[in-house]
Amino acid sequence: MSAQPILQVRDVSKRFGGLQALSHVTFDLPPGQILGLIGPNGAGKTTLFNCINGIYTPEEGRIFFRDREITGWKPYHVARLGLARTHQIVQPLNELTVRENVMAGACFGHEQHSLSEAEKIADEVLEFVGLAERRDMLAHSLNVAQKKRLELARALAARPYLLLLDEVLAGLNPTEIAEMVEVVRGIRDQGVTILIIEHVMHALMNVSDRVIVLDYGQQIAEGTPDEVANDPKVIEAYLGDPELAERLMGE
Amino acid sequence: MSKQLKSPGLWLSLAIVVAFGLWPALAGNKAYARETTFTILKAVALASSLNILLGYTGYVSFGHIVFFGLGGYVGFYLMEVHGLHLAVAVLAGGLSAALLAFLLGKAILRLRGAYFALATIGVNEAVRAFIKNFDPFGGPIGMTLNFQVYKAYGGPDRALWIAYIATALLTLVIVLVSFLVKTSRFGLGLMAIRENEDAAEVMGVVAPNAKTWAYVLSALFPGMIGVLFFFKNGNIEPGDAFVLHQSIEAIVMVMLGGQGTVLGPILGAAAYQRLRGLLLVSPLFKNIQLAVAGVLLLIIVLFVPAGVIGWLRGRFPRLRRVLE
Repeated sequence: MSAQPILQVRDVSKRFGGLQALSHVTFDLPPGQILGLIGPNGAGKTTLFNCINGIYTPEEGRIFFRDREITGWKPYHVARLGLARTHQIVQPLNELTVRENVMAGACFGHEQHSLSEAEKIADEVLEFVGLAERRDMLAHSLNVAQKKRLELARALAARPYLLLLDEVLAGLNPTEIAEMVEVVRGIRDQGVTILIIEHVMHALMNVSDRVIVLDYGQQIAEGTPDEVANDPKVIEAYLGDPELAERLMGE
Repeated sequence: MSKQLKSPGLWLSLAIVVAFGLWPALAGNKAYARETTFTILKAVALASSLNILLGYTGYVSFGHIVFFGLGGYVGFYLMEVHGLHLAVAVLAGGLSAALLAFLLGKAILRLRGAYFALATIGVNEAVRAFIKNFDPFGGPIGMTLNFQVYKAYGGPDRALWIAYIATALLTLVIVLVSFLVKTSRFGLGLMAIRENEDAAEVMGVVAPNAKTWAYVLSALFPGMIGVLFFFKNGNIEPGDAFVLHQSIEAIVMVMLGGQGTVLGPILGAAAYQRLRGLLLVSPLFKNIQLAVAGVLLLIIVLFVPAGVIGWLRGRFPRLRRVLE
């Protein structure tokens, strides 16, 4: 077992004006795991992603990725080290084809492929996420579920070590959720470490090895899905109603 | 590269430029045809260069003519004052325009959208004001090429033909470069920036560098064309070198033909120059030909924002291989 964590977040704080979006968030992510990140709306989950991949620079704290400190790096430098992410609000390159979108991921991600190699990778990845027959369509003509898959495909084409997934299940119907969960597991089985934000609780609890709970930027709990689900602080802060919580976890 | 060169879209674009270029050789009144075609080739060259920034990268430059003017001035100065050969002057003109774009790029390409566009207008006006007061370049009067200079090229008539042929060849190179950029990895990065700059950066596109190089490339060729134009013209002055409305006309050409396509700016430039030629000799329109350009731009933006070639590509996907 390689115990060296792939991602280390140390004491990270981020403030927007008077709002403390993150305060002293600290955790380790060992390679090959799926770490879930949950919390009510506005808890700072996406802000944490933005700090990790360089969109924001945290005021305090340090972030290490594969033993290198990446605090304050630009997103493209972080991407080149082998970290890819998807966006909560999909960001397709509208006037490019589905395939070109995914090729861009392969070309500029950490392996820096040539166009012809990127084409091959794009076709493989599109097959994997189930978009192969739509590869020549323009990205804007896809529906929401397909755009979510495209986001994922683009991130995967970079062949990252670490993948940050920001609500890839939101807005999908139950069948689509089940399919997507399988895709996420498939990615983990390929050896990619995953940090995932999700509101679809039962799916997240199923798929995660460990879970971190944020509330108002504070890290209020961390543990296995079971431990977290039964933590009274979590139930109070995040789910409010213990009965509702039990019902959600039961699914 | 070899796969890129097999594209029918490339060969169609090149063939059209070759056809323009050969026109004076076949026409009855050769000198007249040469002058008309020179204007068209110059427009094709400027529009195709601008397209690298406007069409591929999605940044609107309202002051692109500054590179044409600056390159022209530098080249002209080297030929007139230092007696350098036209070829050297063309290279120097291109490189000085590229250098200006590089320095500017570092400064103003941080700006996005309308702010970048406004900054480019400011740059054009600033350079014009500087040159107007810069004595080595002749200040407000500009410079006139000594007739002796043409002698080295076999007299004025041959010199004009040399300038013409060089312009035609350079235009071919520009179209080739435009195509190679579009179908390269670099071009994919530019188009990712055009579609969504933040997402492109998250994917790993080093946007500040990519944008700067796109800007440099789109400035290099106008600088070279500027030298050829003013060599042929025989004199240069600030009012002719930095004409703001020519920047806007270049945008109209790119938008008319189809921004982000290789063929679009070629056809757009040719069509616009033809239209402009007709308007200039019409008693009704000769004083308001720029207004027609404005109306044309308005119509394109409202009804066919993708331009003619873009519209055809969208409407008939099968044509995409041919209409690159």
